[in-house]
Amino acid sequence: MRELKNLAKRLLEEGTVKVVIGYEEGPVGVRPVFVTRPADAEKLVFNSRCVQNLAAYLSRRRGHIARLGKSAIVVKGCDARAVAGLIRESQLKREDVVVIGMRCGGVALRPSDEGPLTPETVADRCSGCESREPKLADHLLGELPPAPPKATRMFELMAQIERMPVAERFRFWAEQFERCMRCNACREVCPMCFCERCIQDKSQPQWIETSPHARGNLSWHFTHAMHLAGRCSSCDECQRACPAGLPLGLLNRKMAEIVRNRFEYQVSDDSTVPSPIGAFKQQDPQEFIK
Amino acid sequence: MTSTGFEPKIAAFVCNWCTYTGADLAGTSRIQMATNVRIIRLPCTGRIDPLFIIKAFERGADGVIVSGCHPADCHYTAGNYHARRRFTLFNDFIEFLGIDSRRITFSWVSASEGQKWADIVNDTTARVRELGPFSGYRDLVRSGLTGGQDAGT
Repeated sequence: MRELKNLAKRLLEEGTVKVVIGYEEGPVGVRPVFVTRPADAEKLVFNSRCVQNLAAYLSRRRGHIARLGKSAIVVKGCDARAVAGLIRESQLKREDVVVIGMRCGGVALRPSDEGPLTPETVADRCSGCESREPKLADHLLGELPPAPPKATRMFELMAQIERMPVAERFRFWAEQFERCMRCNACREVCPMCFCERCIQDKSQPQWIETSPHARGNLSWHFTHAMHLAGRCSSCDECQRACPAGLPLGLLNRKMAEIVRNRFEYQVSDDSTVPSPIGAFKQQDPQEFIK
Repeated sequence: MTSTGFEPKIAAFVCNWCTYTGADLAGTSRIQMATNVRIIRLPCTGRIDPLFIIKAFERGADGVIVSGCHPADCHYTAGNYHARRRFTLFNDFIEFLGIDSRRITFSWVSASEGQKWADIVNDTTARVRELGPFSGYRDLVRSGLTGGQDAGT
C-alpha cells in the first residue's frame, strides 16, 4: 500500500497525471476517491474491500472527470478488462491513461464487508479468476496474495435455471424483473454502457417501455445483456448496484458462456484483440438457419 | 393448449432485397401458403435488432421469422454476416430467458426461392400451432404480475 501511495504522489508531483482515481476508506466501507493533490495520495488504499470497478469513470459519459486532466487509475485484473474494452472501442486512448495494476487476492461482495474472505463473502467473479495480475498495466504493484476462496452461489443458480423447462424460466425472470424499479443503477455503473443516448431513453419510437413493468423490464435487461455480448468484463457491478437484488450478473455470465462456445472468444485485458460482435467470418456456424 | 381454433400470429422480419422479393415471387407464382404471417420489410437483416423479436412477442406474436439474403449475397456486402453473428448469440440466449427458440425461424431465402419461402411459412406456422399460443407475456397480466401500482388485480 505504501508503494501505491508513493507512486500516486510521484505521478501527481511530476505532473504525469492530474488525477489519480483510486480507493479510500469511507464511513461505510471503501469508496472511490479522486486524488488531485500529491498530499492527498496518503488517502489511497487497496484491500479486499476495493470492490468497485473504477473503469466506469474513464468512460466518455464522465466528461467532468476527463476535464480534470490526464488520469491514473487503480485497477484489479477484472477492472483492467473494462479499461481494455474502452480502449478497444475507441472510447479512450491508451496514452491518455496511466494504469496502476494491483495484484489481487480477490474482493468481497460489498465494500463494507470486513474480515477475511470466505465462500460466503467473496465476490462471484473471483472464483477461478485467471487475471489476478493485470497485464494491461503501466505499473504493477503488490505481492500476489493467495487465491481467494470459491463462491458457488452463481453457479448453483445458473444450474437451477438451466434445469427449468423453458416456460418456467420465463416465469422466473418475470418474477425477478417484477422487482426492477428502473432506477438504471445497472446502466450508470456499467463501464461498457457509454451510448450517448441509451435506447431505453428514446421515446420515438419507444422500443422499451419506461414504466417499471415486468414487460419493459425484460426488454431492458435483455437489451443490456445483448449489447454487452463479447464486451462485458464480468465485473458484476450491475448486480452489486441493483437495489432490488436482481441476479443481473447471471445474464451477462450466460452471454459470455455463449460467446465463448460459439466464437471461442473470451474478454481479456488485451485491447488489440477485436470483439466478436462487429467482426465476422464467412465460415461462421449457421446450423440454426434454414 | 390444444390446437382447437388456435391460429398463431407470426411476425416475419425480412430483408428488402432477397426474402421480400422471394415472398413476392411466391405470391405472383400463386403458391398457396399459410396466412398467419405478417411481413415487416427492412433494408437488410443487419437492420434487424434482436429487440424487434422481443417486441413482437411482447405485442402478441406467437412466432417470428427472420429471413434475408444468403451469405455472400447481401446487397450491402456484409449485413447478413453481422446479423448471423448477432442471431447466433440471440438464439442461444433467448432460451435462457424463457422463450422457446422453436418459435423463431431463421432462414436465408433468395429472390428466386418463392417455394422455399412458402415452405418456411408453412413449417413455422405448423410448428408454432403445435407449440400453442406464446403465453409468457399474457400470463404476466393474468397473474397480476404486472409491476407497480397499475397492476390489474
